[in-house]
Formats: sequence, C-alpha cells, structure tokens
Amino acid sequence: MPIVIKNGRVIDPASHTDRIADVLIVDGRIAGVAPNLSSPRAEVFDAAGMVVAPGFIDMHVHLREPGFEHAETIESGSRAAAAGGFTSVCAMPNTKPVNDSATVTSYIVERARRRAVVNVFPIGAITKGSAGEELAAIGAMKAAGAVAISDDGQPVMNARVMRRAMEFARSYDLPIIQHCEDLNLSAGGDMHEGAKSVRWGLRGIPAASEDVMVARDLVLAQLTGARYHVAHISTRNAVGMVDYARQQRLAVTCETTPHHFTLCDEEMPAYDSNYKMKPPLRSGCDRGAVVDGIVAGTVSAIATDHAPHPGSEKMQEFERCPFGIIGLETALALALEELVHPGKITLNRMVELFTTGPESVMRLGRGTLEPGAPGDVTIFSTEVSWTYDVNQSHSRSRNSPFHGRTFRGGPVATVVNGEIVWRRT
Amino acid sequence: MPAGLLGIEELDRAEIEAILARAKDFQPIQSQTLKKLDTLRGKMIVNLFYEASTRTRTSFEIAAKRLGADAVSITASGSSVSKGESLVDTLNTLAAMRPDAIVMRHAASGAPHFLARHLPTPIINAGDGTHEHPTQALLDARTILDRRGALEGLRVAIIGDIAHSRVARSNVHLLSKFGVELVLCGPASLLPVELAQLAPGVHLTTDIREAIRNADVIMMLRVQLERQHEASFPASEYFQFYGLRLEHLDLAKPDAIVMHPGPINRGRELSSEVADFQRSVILNQVENGIAVRMAVLEKVIG
Repeated sequence: MPIVIKNGRVIDPASHTDRIADVLIVDGRIAGVAPNLSSPRAEVFDAAGMVVAPGFIDMHVHLREPGFEHAETIESGSRAAAAGGFTSVCAMPNTKPVNDSATVTSYIVERARRRAVVNVFPIGAITKGSAGEELAAIGAMKAAGAVAISDDGQPVMNARVMRRAMEFARSYDLPIIQHCEDLNLSAGGDMHEGAKSVRWGLRGIPAASEDVMVARDLVLAQLTGARYHVAHISTRNAVGMVDYARQQRLAVTCETTPHHFTLCDEEMPAYDSNYKMKPPLRSGCDRGAVVDGIVAGTVSAIATDHAPHPGSEKMQEFERCPFGIIGLETALALALEELVHPGKITLNRMVELFTTGPESVMRLGRGTLEPGAPGDVTIFSTEVSWTYDVNQSHSRSRNSPFHGRTFRGGPVATVVNGEIVWRRT
Repeated sequence: MPAGLLGIEELDRAEIEAILARAKDFQPIQSQTLKKLDTLRGKMIVNLFYEASTRTRTSFEIAAKRLGADAVSITASGSSVSKGESLVDTLNTLAAMRPDAIVMRHAASGAPHFLARHLPTPIINAGDGTHEHPTQALLDARTILDRRGALEGLRVAIIGDIAHSRVARSNVHLLSKFGVELVLCGPASLLPVELAQLAPGVHLTTDIREAIRNADVIMMLRVQLERQHEASFPASEYFQFYGLRLEHLDLAKPDAIVMHPGPINRGRELSSEVADFQRSVILNQVENGIAVRMAVLEKVIG
C-alpha cells in the first residue's frame, strides 16, 4: 500500500531540501516530495511538528548472528535499529564463524531477508578469521553482498598485510574500515589511560594506541589510494590526523559514536561495566576534539558500534567483562541532546551524519529522499520527552550506560522500503 | 550500599581518627594473657581470599576471634571458584548463609565495589588488585602515630612499584587527608605521572636519594613481579637504583623509621641490614594489624 507522510519538516541534505512537505512512497520507493501530495489508496501518516528525513544508516553494528545468538540476532538487532530510527545497518564480521567468506556473507544476507525489519548490509573480514595474517576472499564476499571490509575488534597489526588489503579493497572499490588500536600498546588495558585508571588501579588503554595505528594506516592509504575509514574515532590526535589526510585529498573518512561524543572517563562511575568499551571513553579533552571534528566536518558519520553482551558476561569483575555497549536505540536522542540542542550543529548537519555521511563511505544507494530512491524514511521529533528503559529494549542485551536517562527528542516512526516497521507507542 | 569498608579514599578524617583511636584501645590486649573479648560474640565473619595471603588473612582471623566472633576462611583454590562459578554467584551463596561481614581479597581492582552494589552483606576490602588495601594504610598510620605524636607535617617517602601497589594508593589517600607531604619514588615505567593527581601533597621522583632526603618515614614496597604483565624495568638493576641500603638512611631525618607491608624480599627492595635495622618497624606493623582490624570489624559489625 502506498504511504504518504503528511506535513512534516522534510530535511533531505542530499537534495538540499528543508521545508514543510509531504513524502509519498509507492511500491517501496520514494514517489515524490511536495506539498499536498496524495494517492487514492495511500496510508496517511501525520508528521506535523516532526522531522521527516531519509532513513538513517548505522554503518557499524554487531548483530552477533551467526554464533552469538544469546547476545543478539539479526532479527532482534534489526528491531532495535528500527526503534532507534535506523533503516539500514552494516553488520561487522566478528561473528562465529567470522564473516570471511561468501558462504557466511550469503547466510547473513539470507537471514536478514527472512528476519530483519531493516536493511542489513554485511561487512566482510579483511583477513581469514580476522586473524590478521591471510587475506579473506574479498572479491567473493563483495559478490555475495559485502559492502566493505574490516577486522573490527581485531585490528590488522601487520603493516604489510594491511597494505595488501588496501590494494585489494581499492581494486574492488570497497572501503576498508579499521578499528585503530595498536595491540601492543593497549595490551591488558581495561579503560582509558589517565588519572582515573591510575586512581582505580585499572590498566590503561593509552590514546597513543589509537593514534599510532591511525598514523600508520594514513601512510598506507596514501601509498595505496584505498578508501580508508577510521571506525569509532576517539582521540584528539586521531581527529587531527584524519583532518590533515583529508586536506591532502586522501580518500579518508571517519565515524564516531554517540558515547564518545557524550561521555568521558572523568565522568564514568567506578568499575561499572556498562561504561567499558573499545575504544574506551577518553578524556574530556578528547571528547571535545571529537565534537569539534563533527562540527568541522572531519567526522563523516555517527555510528553506534552497537555491541550486545548478555548480562551474565557484564556481571563480572570489571577487568573480566567484555568490551562494548548497545547503542541503536539511544543514538538519535544523544545526537539531539549533545549536539543539536546545545547549538553545536544544525539539525541539517545531524541528518547528514546519519544519512549522506555514512552513504558517502558505504555507497548503499540510500540516504536520500530523491524520487526513485528506496522508501526508507526516519520520522523523529526534536521535542518528545521520553525515558530510556533498557529492560524494554528490543535488543537481547541490556548493556547500556544510558538506562534511565530522560531525553528531549527521539525517533517517532521508521519506514523501511515503504513499510512502517516501528512507531513510538 | 551496605556499610562496609571498601577503601580509604571515601573515608573522611574523623572516621579514620576514630578507627585509629579505637585500635589504640585494642593494642594492650595483644600482650595480655587473656586476649579474648566478647564484643562480637555470635557474629560470623567470612574471610574470602581469592589471592594467596598469609599475614592479612591470619590477621583478620585473629582480630575476629579476639572480638569473640566466629571466622571462616575460604581460599579460592579448592572452592567453587575452581569449578567455574562466577564471583557474583559465589558471593550470593555466601550471603545466603547470613554472615555479618565478608572480608575479601581479590586480584581484580574494584571487585569488592562491584559486589557491594549487588549484596546486602557489608564487605571489608582486604586488598583489591592494584587499587586499595585500606586496613594496611590504617595499620601503617597507627604504627607511625605510635612513634610520632601526629601525622601533620611529616614527610613520607613511598618507594617501589607504585603503579601496581594498592598499599601505596591507600596510604596516599590516608596520609594526604592529614596534611602529610608524600614523595612517591620508583622506576619511571612504574610511576605514571597521573599519580600526582591522586591526592593533595603528592610529589613524584625517580631518584631514591631525593625521595629519602629529610623523610620521617620511608615505606618500601614489595616488588610485585606477579603483577608485572610485562617487563617494565630491568629487574637485574632494580636493587642498584631502588633498593634501600643503610647508607641511604643518612639522608633521612635522624629518627626516621623504615616500614614495609611485607612479605619482604631481602636484597631486592631493601638490604638485609635495613630489614633488621633498629628503626625498622616492620614487625610493629604486623602487630598493629590485629588491633586495627579489630577496630574495623567492630565499626562495621558492632
């Protein structure tokens, strides 16, 4: 059934649109954006007072399937995505087995087709088993539907392997995404190395462990000409180096997460595993640099790094807990609260960070309301007041530091390929 | 959160003074023929030690018994821990047996803090990873006060592997609250610069002579090879640069005392002569451990 979204403030950075209008979706595709649109049999969604944007893209999530279905599944993760206003997610390959072959890529694509309520795009591994040694079947994975390559969580430590991977990525026209962490510098660390880690007697993950890897990779990106993307950037130096590389016209981009622009180590409660992730919450100074990078355009995308872990694994001694937090359902609200409401960026810029920004890296053919584009729409309010109750999360996991936080603004409805897959109740 | 004792950092000066004063009351009991009181008669204390310990565990056990309480000690090996039970499950099981307090040592920093959020039973931290060892700092303060009238204005040097020392952290928090001038000294790789922000009045140096100069108290730390996850310093030359020898003591105040939380490694962090030196108070520290832990148990349970 066609759907017409009436009277919302339509913000579509791709077509430089920002006006009150209707959006008509027919046969799963955008049919038009104009005032007073109608269609005989169309379902009407009244979006008066709301923002109507292209469907948000989260280019960095962990759906845990196959292999870790106790933490998340493609279905549960996709429902969390929909409830967060995301219409497309890119799934990192650290599943069991690792997505390092066309077989696993195809499995994910097929499971998503049957079970997911949003679009799921697999990211293939860079190396076999993400072990950092032998290149994975990159071309075959691309043919099966992989949209990028990454060994997220298991950074490619060997510079020669990374160079070869970049050469292949370039030849297949795939972005290569690196989780930047020198594992020797970060070994054994549980939180950002700083005054708090020293005070609490926890081993530190120095900012330098990220900076060193970014520096090395930028040199390799220049050498190979690859499209290189820094995942979850978190340090002042890393933002500075990416900015420099972009000025040099390298095909370099980066993303950051809501928690890295919202939280810092000085503010985290002691030994609370819901604040344990990689990269760790950095210093207030680093957080400021990340926000500056968002404002200046150095950061292209907001990505959640949604990382579900079951309660039994997070209910342990801090140093034994796994890294990562869930984030799909709180990302939009955090962007509004931390970036838009304080006046650091405009609403238009925020929409870019969730649409054209990730689209420019991943090239999914989405992130716009141009006629003919897939009918993915995110409808949100900048004013709705709501409280995040992680126990009501669509995710199978509960590891969020934002439980109990009351937000001003959040998603209202999510439309994927012309169907409303979630709406606020 | 139940009233236990997780660390020194969150205590205020009055609370510390009260424990130290009460410990002084308990000191004479240690040399009496009849050493047992009935203050905590009928109370049950569980000593749960996830890390090997002789003196701290024994000291807590004796302190409990001298107050008339019953004490059960559990060590990690041979318990459900080795059967893969999680920390929370183990503690929930113990808490269901209704002890009045759990004394806990664990190799993970913050383990008792994590448990205190989920358990009704008061927890006394007997050392958590590289974070805090509150009763050690209290017994150290008691030992200093036995030799000096007050802590205010003293200069205390703490020397060794500061980065991995829970004893150093607890002592820094305690002594700083009393206006002590603290000098932390060790090899650069074991002396993160952020230590200077731990508390007011903390200075850092990598030069043992500078640390000792005019010191009233010299605290030596054990070189914790088991906490070294990598080779942070060349072990072969540690004693040459950071081992305390008799000639160093000339730099300190004439009546300076030498302390060590034990167990000592003669010839590694201090020379044998220093260990047996007349102004070494290492055994006084051990003795005071019982009086101080009696005061802590009484405060938490009594």
